[in-house]
Amino acid sequence: MSTPQPLASLPQSGALAIEHLTISYLRRDRALPVLTDVSFHIEPGEAYGLVGESGCGKTTVAMAVMCYLPANARIEAGRIRLQEVDLTTAGEAQLRSLRGNRMAMVYQDAGSALNPSLTIGRQIAEVYRFHGGLDAAAATDAAAAMLETVQIADPARMLRRYPHELSGGQQQRVMFAMALATNPDLLVLDEPTTGLDTTVEAEVLDLVARLRSKFSASILFISHNLGIVARMCERVGVLYAGRLIEEGPSREIFSDPRHPYTLGLTRCVPNRIMRKDANRLDPIPGSLPPLGLAVQGCVYAPRCPIARARCREEDPPAFISGPRRVSRCFYHDEVPSIPQSAEALPSSPANGASEGDLLRVERLSKRYGAGANQVVALDDVSIELEAGEVLGLVGESGSGKSTLAKCVVGLLDASGGEIDFAGRKLARLADWREPQLRRKLQMVFQNPDTTLNPSHTARRILTRAARLLSAGGSAVDRERRVTSLAAAVQLRPHHLDLKPSFLSGGLKQRVAIARAFAGSPALVLCDEPTSALDVSVQATILNLLVDLQTKQRVAYLFISHDLGVVRYLADRIAVMYLGQIIEIGPAQEVFSPPHHPYTEALLSAMPAIDESQGPRIKLSGTMPNPANPPSGCRFHTRCPRFLGDICRERNPPWQEDREGHRYRCHIAPADLGPAQREATSSPAGDNNRPRAETSP
Amino acid sequence: MSRFLAKRLVLAFVTLFCVSIILFLVAQVMPGDVGRAILGPYATEVQVRALDHQLGVDRPLLERYSTWLGGFMRGDWGNSFLLHRPVAAIAFDRLYNSLILGGFALLLIVPTSIGFGVLAALNYGKWPDRVISVAGLSLIALPEFVTGIMVLVIFAVELGWLPASSHVPSVNPLDWFRQLLLPSIPLMFVLFGYISRMARTGTIESLRSNYVRTAILKGLPRRTVIWQHVLRNSLLPTITVISVQTGYLVGGLVVTETLFNYPGIGKLVLDSAVQHDLPVLQATVLLVAVLYMALTLLADVLYTLLNPRVRLAA
Repeated sequence: MSTPQPLASLPQSGALAIEHLTISYLRRDRALPVLTDVSFHIEPGEAYGLVGESGCGKTTVAMAVMCYLPANARIEAGRIRLQEVDLTTAGEAQLRSLRGNRMAMVYQDAGSALNPSLTIGRQIAEVYRFHGGLDAAAATDAAAAMLETVQIADPARMLRRYPHELSGGQQQRVMFAMALATNPDLLVLDEPTTGLDTTVEAEVLDLVARLRSKFSASILFISHNLGIVARMCERVGVLYAGRLIEEGPSREIFSDPRHPYTLGLTRCVPNRIMRKDANRLDPIPGSLPPLGLAVQGCVYAPRCPIARARCREEDPPAFISGPRRVSRCFYHDEVPSIPQSAEALPSSPANGASEGDLLRVERLSKRYGAGANQVVALDDVSIELEAGEVLGLVGESGSGKSTLAKCVVGLLDASGGEIDFAGRKLARLADWREPQLRRKLQMVFQNPDTTLNPSHTARRILTRAARLLSAGGSAVDRERRVTSLAAAVQLRPHHLDLKPSFLSGGLKQRVAIARAFAGSPALVLCDEPTSALDVSVQATILNLLVDLQTKQRVAYLFISHDLGVVRYLADRIAVMYLGQIIEIGPAQEVFSPPHHPYTEALLSAMPAIDESQGPRIKLSGTMPNPANPPSGCRFHTRCPRFLGDICRERNPPWQEDREGHRYRCHIAPADLGPAQREATSSPAGDNNRPRAETSP
Repeated sequence: MSRFLAKRLVLAFVTLFCVSIILFLVAQVMPGDVGRAILGPYATEVQVRALDHQLGVDRPLLERYSTWLGGFMRGDWGNSFLLHRPVAAIAFDRLYNSLILGGFALLLIVPTSIGFGVLAALNYGKWPDRVISVAGLSLIALPEFVTGIMVLVIFAVELGWLPASSHVPSVNPLDWFRQLLLPSIPLMFVLFGYISRMARTGTIESLRSNYVRTAILKGLPRRTVIWQHVLRNSLLPTITVISVQTGYLVGGLVVTETLFNYPGIGKLVLDSAVQHDLPVLQATVLLVAVLYMALTLLADVLYTLLNPRVRLAA
């Protein structure tokens, strides 16, 4: 083994330089370190990504840069320099002239970041008035011009709108307009697209990429999504427990990580070729050390597959692990040879002999309101699900995914249609259904925080479920059942005696899953079960769901906005748009051409760590108002393969592609397939709006 | 917007109808006999019966109710049993006097309490916040008859600065303070607690919001952040509280007007109740209910106008 060269000092130049930054939060008179000796710099015009799981200190870095730390935070050591200004010693007046002027920030959830009672125009114009010294009229003109720059149509009208009248994507554009108004030196982006739909997210990211050619700002890009950071940034730093453990050019760092944690992060996300029956996901064992825990040696050692005695004693310094690369690992040379720890699964006989449909939803519809304001949340939806099968349900928010799940489970009263389950017709509401059927049909929700009773222990939650969902049994039986449920979802016995607030997000979701499985269900509806979780925890939960499915032959209706997860897990996929199913078929078929133009757009919007990104298909406009859906094909207002009047006037027919794969479009598979294959193979950027020249 | 208003109006009328029924029943079953109350203990039973018959209080309940309500709607509120004058004239006279007293109290206390509430929020957790919060809570806890008697004893009796018995002020502004300050203090104390508390909570919430963070990170001066971004949102709920509390003020008027012998509607309600002057009692209480409804409606309209979310959604 070659002796690694410890790095004496990091290069210190650039638009932003953070030097040996250490920050603590004071809690009950104890100083808990959240950032320890973090150093990095960003060159002028460079985009630097900061990744890591929740709780690793990403947002603290962002807020420290903006000098907007919470009152109980204390900078223990280090400096933050914005060009020649030391931000850690800047006074209030100086900060006011820097913020919004030379450094600006855009963060998650633009809806709450804009003042609800002021017009958009006024909020943007403010920046020009205070930093540009413009008068009211000139500031408004400048605001209109800026809205045009961030590609908002009809800026003059938009200026008079209030934030709630804008879509999520538009709100985030307004935030960018505000941030870039003064052409700042530094733009801090803290999860700017989290919470947006995939297609909207892709649009916003495209906008950022385009703005970078126009503005000279350096970018500090913070995200939990490795794919987005890989796409947007030149260099990336990986944070773990408040330490910058690896840094380097973004392409190399994810394709050839030199720190075991970075490697773990890249391995726990399902990639394009992974399928549940062939590859198991590789979660990172253990969990993040609690805030402020005094660690001796390497902070990642307890979870590290190659940790040795030295790692537990000495804190690794920053080693140069390659050209422009730094890793805080003694054994960074060995990282590429770490084997996959998870064993491959024996292929599950999920789609063996067909036993007939377990669930049959026929022409289900759900309408809200009446008259002109009537919203059709579900329109004539029909799906079938076999026993032990996983049907993935994808689509943007507002497409009706959750409504469908809630109608099936009986939480919502469907307006029309039929649901057959296990050969029996189901009553519309859960209350009217036989207990036997209710037990066999369970649901897992997105947010375990709000679905578990906060004042009950995990044991009490599960005991209750065991009593209600398993037929009869004595107290001893129930106790045994709870123990076996906990074991099935890998909950330790001591977790059972804790209340949900003392459990981490992943553990809470395991309790929620165990609860759903208490009655040995035949079908579990999973509504975004992993989207609130970190990737390493998501991998554990997905593995768990696969295990339970193979062992207990449970079927899932799996709702997710994350196509990567759905592709990994689902046997078949249904795509929804504005309350309708527009495509359904085996997973591989749906993911490869020919497929519905909407599916095509969704797939092209997926960020990926690898460089397999094809050209992006942009959807024009936003999701139409469900109270007034477009005529003909509902997708025609945004369709990149729009044909003309036929799409506007006639309801598209179902096109049968292959066995079990069909989509609703006027373009036949024979024409659509070649056009789409050509689009993905053509080089990026030459044609952003491919139009099919063929007619049906 | 108009649909929302229409809905609220219908609701207000239903409420008023229910109030009128309850009010009528309570007034009619009050202990004591109307004729006896008017004629005094030395009148004979025959004389009392005759007067009861003349006043119509011996007729069936339902009949009396419909006659009364119909009259009220037409503006014919009957004559006072005791004063022998039309009830409407008396009630509106007294209402006018009360509006002067109540308006005076509101004008002084609303800006003051909002100011202190916001001040407390801006100094969240520091001593100004503690002082204002504790003072506000203590003042809510003190009922009007306690504070009323206290100020009466201190300022009118002991110090002799202001009159113990208040009249309707003349146009002279100094006279306004002279006549109205003491009786409005008990009203203001209670209002201060509620309004400042609401203003404080709203402002704290707004200060913690993401849009205020945006405003600060835009580099706006603190003054602009507070006036443009914080107060606009934080005072919305306060406005609702003010109008609801204004309705509550009417209850306080009964106490304070009695204490200071001020000829307002509160004193009229009390006097007519004690003296069994049913036409006056019923009409004035229903009038107060109408006023209360109107204020609540006004609050909703104001809230709607100030909140673009509600304004544009309707």
